[in-house]
Amino acid sequence: MNNEELKNSITQILPSATFDESGEFMSVFISSEELLPFMKELRNRDELFFDYLFCETCVDWKDHLMMVYFLNSKTHKHNIVVKAKITDTINPKIESVYDIWKTAELNEDEIFDLFGVTFLNHPNLRRLFMPEDWPGFPLRKNYVDDNMIEL
Amino acid sequence: MQKEEIISTEKKEYTTLNLGPTHPATHGIFQNVLTMDGEIIVNTEQTCGYIHRAFEKIAEHRPFYQITPLTDRLNYCSSPINNMGWHMTVEKLLGVDIPKRVDYMRVIIMELARISDHVVCTSVIGVDTGALTPFCFIFQQREKIYDIFELMCGARLTTNIGRIGGLERDWNDEVYKKIREFLIEFPVAFQEYSNLLERNRIFMDRVTGTGPITAEMALNYGFTGPNLRAAGVDYDVRVTSPYSSYSDFDFNIPVGTTGDTYDRFMVRQGEIWESLKIIKQALENLPQGKHFAEVPEFYLPPKEEVYNNMEALIWHFKIIMGEADVPKGEVYHSVEGGNGELGYYLVSDGGRAPFRLHFRRPCFIYYQAFPEMIKGSVIGDAILTMSSMNVIAGELDG
Repeated sequence: MNNEELKNSITQILPSATFDESGEFMSVFISSEELLPFMKELRNRDELFFDYLFCETCVDWKDHLMMVYFLNSKTHKHNIVVKAKITDTINPKIESVYDIWKTAELNEDEIFDLFGVTFLNHPNLRRLFMPEDWPGFPLRKNYVDDNMIEL
Repeated sequence: MQKEEIISTEKKEYTTLNLGPTHPATHGIFQNVLTMDGEIIVNTEQTCGYIHRAFEKIAEHRPFYQITPLTDRLNYCSSPINNMGWHMTVEKLLGVDIPKRVDYMRVIIMELARISDHVVCTSVIGVDTGALTPFCFIFQQREKIYDIFELMCGARLTTNIGRIGGLERDWNDEVYKKIREFLIEFPVAFQEYSNLLERNRIFMDRVTGTGPITAEMALNYGFTGPNLRAAGVDYDVRVTSPYSSYSDFDFNIPVGTTGDTYDRFMVRQGEIWESLKIIKQALENLPQGKHFAEVPEFYLPPKEEVYNNMEALIWHFKIIMGEADVPKGEVYHSVEGGNGELGYYLVSDGGRAPFRLHFRRPCFIYYQAFPEMIKGSVIGDAILTMSSMNVIAGELDG
């Protein structure tokens, strides 16, 4: 499927989705509340069939957090990037996609550890790298550490 | 004296066993807490983060060219691939045209690194089954690859090879000589090494059917690289989205069927032969020309230029002080690393350092399938599964 066809089918699933085609892969912007049903459709619809989540990460844009999911379909050979915006930066929450792609488990642990995003319905959410009692979330832009030196 | 009452066998007691963090069989610093029912593994809890160095955070505070040494330490068995991947990501962001010669030189370096990575993995599978001879034998050849790297860039393990926009210096005659020697000597030694393991009865009995994974499961877990191909999916970044002129070369993708330890071993063995083919083709068709692209704002000018030419001096200062202009935007670039798709997700806000840099580390992704792969097997099999997956702690923690 090319980008136009992808756009049409995605608009059918979620009319409020917006698109950005400037990058290598087409980006789809959604809000964090719509994530799980939308992802399930992307995985299960035959014409889309995104069976492969190859990269999941988060970006801190200071006023909001952006979850980034890179999806690929091994059968149809097309890619998209789903970007879910989390507006609540104090107590960020989003649904886990572990039920759809198992690869999300450690990725989400990592994001929870370094960005403080809580994943609902995650099987084993824990601080993966940092100690349990570590103050703050290191990859957030407002994180301060006295030992950090600007080079 | 009254006899003790016999306790019902229904009530089971499990033993907890620590595999790692500093266990010689884990080949790296990560921990698995195993719940054992006698000899059988019932459950596994993974812990990592023992060598987490927060590279993604450090990268947000460094100019682009200073991030290359960080990538060295991800998969330290094949550092040059990580370096090249990072350079190509930045070049993609900048939109630089890379000369064919640089592409071909990079391909040779990356394939040499791939051979050294796979050789470590396959020989270590041998060690874990009790065959130490092939390991010692093939490591002599691995030294020769490191000798070549040393001639190219001065370093052996953490190479920091190349620059954004090309290579730091052209190869001298000695490098060509060494690579040609390697192409003659290595296949002979490698064939001998393969004969020691590939059809060895003891080895095959030990590894066949150990730690299998189905293709569907492997995809669900986000497997890439040799481990995915061993399960029967012909996904290789070099072919599906060719970078660095890989489409110019003629090579095959070895694919397994059952995804067990033997398949993972054989896929890696097969890839080494294919890598040799690629190096041979690249060396024969190596184009003449410059070893760097025209990106004065990123590629350090030669020293004699700096001392004699004002523009070169200005660029030199700008680069060293990290003042070069970078376009805004975000790119994702992936290369086929030793263990699979090594991706770089780079978000730039136009500043001197990346706004956000995420490493998609293949080890980290497929390590999470480990508990499921070893469930119901014995410890010896767990060790073999781990070494055949080639979990490298540097890449795991990032």
